[in-house]
Amino acid sequence: MSKKKDDKRIIFVSETEMPPVAMSLGSMLYNKTGAWRNIKPVIDLSKCIKCGICWKFCPDTSIDIVEEWPQINYDFCKGCGICAEECPEKCIVMVEEEK
Amino acid sequence: MKKVIMGNHALSYGAMLSRAQVIAAYPITPQTQVVELLSEMCADGTLEAKFIKVESEHSAMAACLGASMAGARTFTATSAQGLALMHEMLHWAAGGRMPVVMGDINRSMAPGWSIWTDQNDSLSQRDTGWIQFYCSSNQEVVDTVIQAYKISEKLMIPSMVILDAFALSHTYEVVDIPDQAKVDAYLPPFNPPYRLTPDDPHAFGGLTSSDHYMELRYRLQKDMEKVPALIEETGREYEQMFGRYLGQVENYQCDGAELVLVTSGTAGYTARVAVDELRSRGIKAGNLRIKLFRPFPFEPVRSILSKVPKVAVLDRNISYGHHGIFYQEVKSAMYGQPSPPAIFGFIAGLGGRDITKESFKEIADYTLKHDRPEEEIVWIGVKK
Repeated sequence: MSKKKDDKRIIFVSETEMPPVAMSLGSMLYNKTGAWRNIKPVIDLSKCIKCGICWKFCPDTSIDIVEEWPQINYDFCKGCGICAEECPEKCIVMVEEEK
Repeated sequence: MKKVIMGNHALSYGAMLSRAQVIAAYPITPQTQVVELLSEMCADGTLEAKFIKVESEHSAMAACLGASMAGARTFTATSAQGLALMHEMLHWAAGGRMPVVMGDINRSMAPGWSIWTDQNDSLSQRDTGWIQFYCSSNQEVVDTVIQAYKISEKLMIPSMVILDAFALSHTYEVVDIPDQAKVDAYLPPFNPPYRLTPDDPHAFGGLTSSDHYMELRYRLQKDMEKVPALIEETGREYEQMFGRYLGQVENYQCDGAELVLVTSGTAGYTARVAVDELRSRGIKAGNLRIKLFRPFPFEPVRSILSKVPKVAVLDRNISYGHHGIFYQEVKSAMYGQPSPPAIFGFIAGLGGRDITKESFKEIADYTLKHDRPEEEIVWIGVKK
């Protein structure tokens, strides 16, 4: 589930080399959207039934299934809370981020 | 091979010969036989392309943009309200540097509903960053679509190939259909420098801060400025291969003329008949037909009109509260030139009202009788 793609990052020496269109200089793997988060999901694995619903619903594919258990990728999770809302066992809670 | 075809089908043949790979359209009015014939070509295998039926013109252009970004040669066509609905996506095409080629059949904007011709639909999209060609014959439509792909893909700027509703779109003319093998030699496959692909994932058109936005716009303008020279180059190459030169403007008897009628679209050919008749009356008239409107062909317009004492610009369009749009643009191009002519602005033919050789005679008589225009706009054929 947690495939790591070989991604390249484009590096420009000067602005004149830039493409004529606005584009990301690397894949979204470089754009760590986890920094946008105010609240984060925390999973209580003791109550988890491994149904995979949180993995399926995550709009940012930030939940990986690692050896059958869900694991949140905090580098990219924006804290939307859909996983906590959809979890049938209510074992995901949203917790305030601390500084 | 010569065929008798209508203007709408001239666009279809242009797209077919250019081997468009993705065609997206909303199949209802103001859509026309342009995509009807293309859908048949896709269905019977004449054209190896994906035909996408969408739910609006906004979506038609959006589908073209996605396909273009992925590296496909794309085509669509529309008119009037359909073009207006695409407006937001037109900015995406030009700003995102996606070389879509689109046919626009000039129809008047509603209300009142109209299926007849004037140019306000395409001229309302003047500032979206698209190249605009105004064609005068079905032959020119076929040829220009092929040339437009070549120019657009070289500079990564989209092109609009424009023709008058009914006066051209539903008029049948003899067209020399270029040979496919020769078109393939003239127009190589589309191979963009950057594309949307899972092999090397990137996001396109995202948030751009004030550190970079202006540079992107500067480069779009700089590339736009390369269009006239590229038209000359690709137009000459086309002439060598197919025997027809494709330029920015058409000069008919302007050299040494005392009066030049500036026109665009089918009115240009009507103006030629008027020029011949004026010349038979001893009036040295000429016709400058502006084919390329964006970018504006400053160089040929200035060099032709600065040798002429009087110029009459005919507009089949209006910028309400100002002037006819070609009139504004010609005046702006001639301002500050060493010997600018007296320039007169006329409006005729809105909503598909006929522009005849008599309209041009009225225009010529007014222009020759006055030293300067006495009204901001001189209306031809309006019932006052």
